[in-house]
Parts: sequence; C-alpha cells; structure tokens
Amino acid sequence: MFESIKEFASEFFVTGDPLIYGADVGIALTMIAIVFVLTYFKRWGWLWREWLTSVDHKKIGIMYIIASLLMLFRGGVDALLMRTQLVMPDVEFLNPEHYNQIFTTHGVIMILFMAMPLMFGLFNIVIPLQIGARDVAYPFLNSLSFWLFFWGAMLFNVSFVIGGSPDAGWLAYPPLSELSHSPGVGQDFYIWGIQISGIGSLMTGINFIVTILKMRAPGMKLMQMPMFTWSTLSSCITIIFAFPILTVTLALLFLDRYLGAHFFTLDGGGNPMMYINLIWMWGHPEVYIVVLPAFGIFSEIVATFSRKKLFGYKSMVFALMSISFFSFFTWAHHFFTMGSGANVNAFFAITTMIIAIPTGVKVFNWLFTMFRGRISFKSPMLWTMGFIPCFVIGGMTGVLLSVAPADFQFHNSYFLIAHFHQVLIGGVAFGYFAGLYYWWPKMFGFKLNEKLGKWAFWLWNIGFYVCFMPQYFLGLDGMTRRVSTYGWDMGWGPLNMVSTIGGFLMGIGFLFQVWQIAHSIKFMERDTTGDPWNGRTLEWSIPSPAPVYNFATLPQVTAQDEWWEEKQRREQGHKPAPQPPLEPIHMPRNSGIPFIKSLCWFIAGFGFVFDWLWMAIPGLAGVAICMLVRSFTYNTDYYIPVDEVKRTEAALRGSV
Amino acid sequence: MEAAHADAGGHSAAGGSHDEHEDHESLKTFGFWIFLITDCILFGTLFATYIVLRGNTNGGPTAEELFQMPGIIASTFILLTSSFTSGLAVLAMNRGSVKGLIGWLIVTALLGASFITLEITEFVHMVQAENATIGTSAFLSAFYTLVGTHGLHVSLGLVWMIGLMIQLSRHGITTVTKRKVNVISLYWHFLDVVWIFVFTIVYMMGVM
Repeated sequence: MFESIKEFASEFFVTGDPLIYGADVGIALTMIAIVFVLTYFKRWGWLWREWLTSVDHKKIGIMYIIASLLMLFRGGVDALLMRTQLVMPDVEFLNPEHYNQIFTTHGVIMILFMAMPLMFGLFNIVIPLQIGARDVAYPFLNSLSFWLFFWGAMLFNVSFVIGGSPDAGWLAYPPLSELSHSPGVGQDFYIWGIQISGIGSLMTGINFIVTILKMRAPGMKLMQMPMFTWSTLSSCITIIFAFPILTVTLALLFLDRYLGAHFFTLDGGGNPMMYINLIWMWGHPEVYIVVLPAFGIFSEIVATFSRKKLFGYKSMVFALMSISFFSFFTWAHHFFTMGSGANVNAFFAITTMIIAIPTGVKVFNWLFTMFRGRISFKSPMLWTMGFIPCFVIGGMTGVLLSVAPADFQFHNSYFLIAHFHQVLIGGVAFGYFAGLYYWWPKMFGFKLNEKLGKWAFWLWNIGFYVCFMPQYFLGLDGMTRRVSTYGWDMGWGPLNMVSTIGGFLMGIGFLFQVWQIAHSIKFMERDTTGDPWNGRTLEWSIPSPAPVYNFATLPQVTAQDEWWEEKQRREQGHKPAPQPPLEPIHMPRNSGIPFIKSLCWFIAGFGFVFDWLWMAIPGLAGVAICMLVRSFTYNTDYYIPVDEVKRTEAALRGSV
Repeated sequence: MEAAHADAGGHSAAGGSHDEHEDHESLKTFGFWIFLITDCILFGTLFATYIVLRGNTNGGPTAEELFQMPGIIASTFILLTSSFTSGLAVLAMNRGSVKGLIGWLIVTALLGASFITLEITEFVHMVQAENATIGTSAFLSAFYTLVGTHGLHVSLGLVWMIGLMIQLSRHGITTVTKRKVNVISLYWHFLDVVWIFVFTIVYMMGVM
C-alpha cells in the first residue's frame, strides 16, 4: 500500500530537480501565507463578495492585470534561466529536457497568459469609460471570461510541479506533440490550459465588439471614437476570426492523443503539415491581436502628452483595419522552407510585406503628432518614445525575414528570436507598460512614482538592446533557436555573455517596477482631479477611481476628444451644458457562477490530462449545472437609487 | 439593501426600466449573431480539415463503402423539417400563444432527437459492422469529428430547448423568454445550414 502511494506520488509530482523542489517550497509557503493572511484579517468574505464574484469591469480589469503581472514574473524567470544556461559554452545548469520545457512554457506564458490578459485588463478598465458607457455589453460573460483565463492559466502552470511541463515548443508542432513523441501529461496540460483560457478570450472578443458597437455614449459616431477604442475593435474582430481556429486545432490534437485519431500523426494518413497551417492561421493573427491595442495606447498617449490632436485620425483607423485584415493572409511565411513552392511563398511574402505599409503610416502619424507639440516626458510618454525606434528596427528585420529566399538563411536562427522579441517586447510589452502607467491613476486614484519609473524604463530599454542586438549577429553566425548548449569552438560565447547581461538588466528593470508600485501605494498622493495628465478622452472626465456606475449621467458627445473640447469650452467661459436629472441606474448583480463554472472546467481539464474520467465527468457535469442554473436565474440586475448616486457623487467630487 | 434598490427602481423608473430591458435583450441577440460567426469559423476549419484529409483512408474503408444514403437523406429531411417547425414556434410566440409555442418546440425537439438517434445508429453501425473507428484512418478521424461536432451542437440545442420549455411554462412569454426563443431558433436554423454543407461536402461528394 505504502509502496504504491510512493510510486504514484513520484509520477504525479515532478521530482529529481533541485530548482523544482525550490519552487515546490515557494508555492507551499505562498499558499500558506495567503490562507493565513485572509483568515487572520477575516477577509474571505470580502474577497468573495468584492472580487471573486464581481461583474464590475473595472475590478475584473484589475484582476486581469494582477494575474498577468504574476505571469510576467514567471515567464521572466523562465527567460533568465535560459539566458543563464546559455551565458557561456558548455554550461551544465539545465539539462536539455528541462531546457525544452522552459522555452516552451516561456513562450506560452508570455503570449497567452501575460500579453493577452494584460491587454484584456486594459480593455476592461478603459473601454467602457472611454466610450461613455456604464458597463460592458455582457458583464456576467466578462467575469466568466476572466475566470476561464485564470483557471486555464493555473492548469497550465501546475504542470511544472505536477506531472511535468510540455516541451514541444510554444506552438506544439506534431509529431513532437503527438503521443508517440510526448507520451507524458505535459502536452495535455498545454492543450487544456490553452483551450479553457482560449474560450474565455473568444468571449471577450465578442463582448467588446458588441460593447463598442452598441454602447457608445449618445452622439459618439464611429469616427469620433478614441483611437484605443478603435484598436480594441480591430483586435477583437481579429480574435473572433482567429480563435475558433485555435479551438479546433487543439481539439483535433487532443483527439489524436486521447482517442487515437490520425489528424496530425505520421501514420494512419495523418498530416502534420495540416497542424502547422492551422496553428499559424491562428498564430499569426494572434501577434497582431496583441500588438494592435498597443498601437491604440501609443496614439492616446502621444496626443495627450503632445497637447495636440492625433495626426491622421482617418489613416490611423484605416491602418488598424487593414492590418487586421491582412494578418489572415500571412500565415505561411512561418514555413517558407517547408516546400510550398515558389508561387505560394511569393504570395505570402508579398502580403507580409504589405503589412509593413499601414504600420509605417502609424509611425509617421505619431511622429507628426509630436511635431511642434508641447511634449511632456512623463512615464507613459517615455515608454512611447522608447517604443518607436525599437519597433522600427524590429519592423525592418521583419521585412528582411519576409523575403522568402532570405528566410532560408534566417529560418529558425537567433535572428528570428531577436526579431520577434524586438516587436513583442518593444511593441507589446512597452505598449502595455505605457498604458499601465497612463491609466494607473484612473484605476487606483494615484500616480506611480516617476523617479523609480525612470529607473525601470532605462533598465528595460538598455537591457533590451544589450540582450537582443547580439542575437541578430548570433543568428547570422549560425546559432539556431532551442539549442540548450554549445561548444567553445563555435565562437558564440562573447555575444551570448552580453545577451545574458542584457536579460538580467531587464529583470532588474522589472524589480524596479515592483518597487515602484509598492512605494507608490505607500507614499503617493491621491489624485483628486480625476484628470492628472490633462487628458482628452471621456475616461478623464470622471473621478478616479471611477464609481461603480462610471457616469452619473451619460455624457453627450459632439466631437472627437470630447473631454478636451469640453475643457476648451469651459476655459472660454462657456458654462457646461445643464445636466439632465439623475435617474436610477441599472446595474448587473454579482454572481458566483463564473468562478465556480471555471473551476469546474479546471477540474474537468485536470481529469482529462490524467485520463481520470471519475474526475473529468463530474467536472463537466458541474459546468452543465452552472449553465442551467444561470439560464434559470431571472433576477440578475438591480437599480442604484438616485439618492445613493447623489451621495456617491458628492463624496467623490465634493459636490453634485 | 438590494431589495431597496429594486424597489426604488421599480418605483421611479417603471417606464424607463422597460426600455432598458428591451435594449438589453436586443443586445444579447446581436451578440449571438457574432457568436454564430465564430461558430461558422469553427465549422469552416473542420470542413477544411475534412477536405484535406478525406482521401487519406490508410487502406481502410472509403466514403463510398461506408455511407448509406437512404438513412442520411431521411435524417436530412427530419432536420430540415425541424427547422421549419422551430419557425412555426416563433410564429406562435409572435401571436402570443404559449401553448402553440411550447407545442411546436416539443415537435422540434422530437425531430431533433430522432435526427440524433439516426446519427448515433449510423455511427454504431459503422464502428460495429465495418470496423470503421476514429482511429482507423485520417479520413475517418475527420469524418467523425466534423459530423460529431454538428451532432454535439444539436444535442446541446436539445438540452437548451428543454430548459427553455420549462422556463416558458413558468414565466410565459416575456421580453426575456422571447429573446431566448429567438436566439435558439437562430441557432437551430444555423445548424440546419451547417448540415446542408455536411450533406453536400461529406455525403454527396463522398458517394459520387
């Protein structure tokens, strides 16, 4: 009996690696600390009522951001482990198997569990405020999306202490990801973790499309929407066309592994190339999904901090939409070398190059917005300025890669690694950081410390170039991606050493950001104006943090940058338009179902990973019960009475 | 606290609250249309996979050997009829007849259930008599997955429809139940359209 328990435990828990034992201890201590703190301060009820069951888009946004910053930490630790292994030739820090697991989880976490939720967090916080709405279109669904992401991410993350991590690369190409080559449970964690959170992403896409199209404040025409709202719309449209493909692809891979189907196997008539086509039909649009909102953020920030209207509004909208359209016709550039033939390669090379045109248009628009503006160099603007040269270089190396014949040389080399980190860190990460600094006062009611922020900015930026510029040359020297070690004779040592130093500089930059947040929570002054940056769009017209109903009376929109125009009118001595009388505000009720239902998905997913039907079936049954319970619930909303709105407004603004 | 909210709402905004509810319901229908777009992409991907893999029979049975058209034509006919009866249900609802509505929904659900029964019979026959399982060949993997996904959609629709009938008998025709009936009928028609593609691309092109 004891022997069989011991045998089970040794297979169930990952053993034999001191790093993982360390992580086990860390996880256990953190869990104990969380439970202790919540119990000691009697905060369980508060946590449940105020956060876990909340359908308030602002709270959901904050939860997204917290979760994604934790994931940034984990993905960053993975990155530093890899850089440590590669710091010089013949290092024996990680064994090759462990190295494979780390680069796989690093990629998955950074794209799907860091960039995506950080983006959704910003959508949630900003979009309803920016379009003058009281909520998103489907608050319940919004909460469900968050919890599906959360539990999906948790399912993926437990793999490194339970069962073993996936190690077939971040897109899990077959046959590596098939049962024949990955017999362990790691790949199943990958499938279910991504599948569960992917459903959440798809629903977020639907939710925000409807929110933007149907819930704008009275008078706001499409061509008066703030640019971040436009970028969110284009990103969400791309989501609804791309994510169903991912859902199917992962489901087919699951059927291969679980039921012995032959979609992508080497035998039985399967076609691994089919998988690679499908995964990139999702995967390429995916990179535009995450970068488009960053473009929107830069547009907002450039206009605000240059005190000027955004240059080329219409061309900006056109650029966003054409990028999201063309993103679906570029997927084959990921496998120019796989023998598709010259005509196919030429088609995809040209579409890939076409994407650079609207992107270039945007860069020029930002530069022209800054031109002759009164620029103030606050953190959000710094990150925007840091982004532009970084993204331009990344874009140019991208065009180099899009040349099909040249790609035969660059393919799978460190040149590629350097390119996509340049656009993803320089574009996406810097963009979301800029957005986080910009909207932080709106979320929490205080600004982040500028001095520490500057340290973080420069460490990240210098670290970035130190880390990735050498990798272009390593790629040209023939170093391929996913190698876990190399010999002295290759001559790659010095450049790798430099690259690793850069990686750690970025790590220190992240620590500065953590310090900055902690320091600011304690010491920063409260922002009582609600408009600390002298902003242009509607979110700055209400107090920070916004009350639960956002707008006591819905704003009437007559122009692009409505709040800026309103401030101009007030400066010229025009009285603000008389406010219509307050009315009771219709709000959705909190619900525990999204949390419970997503937890049931987690249980079902865990059951499928280990092939435990006794666990998977009750999990799925729980999901079904939650759906039925929700369908039968009619009492889902309530009204905030006028008196309470008056009291809240008076407390926030000092008067009504 | 919440009761007080509800009272205040019901009290001073009786007129306004109705409009707002109405808005909310039309918003949900609009969202469902967008959901259907994503479902179109989902089925499109499965169709593409099927078309790529349908020749890869790996020495196993082919489409011509497996498909028995009379049964398929019968189930096609049944599903098309159910789409028609779900339309009749909506018409009854617009007339304000709860009885007619629930009656036609029952007919629709019965037709849907017999469609599923025929499909299961077909699958069982294929597995038992022809030894054609999902693991036999890439063609069969793609076939079972595509047709099975459609079947799964229909089955979910059945559960949903039964739940809705219970709600209708409890609440009658309200703004909320009306939207729910409209949405499920949209879903049902959508599945019908998908089946027409299944019938053409899988079965017709398979036996021709």
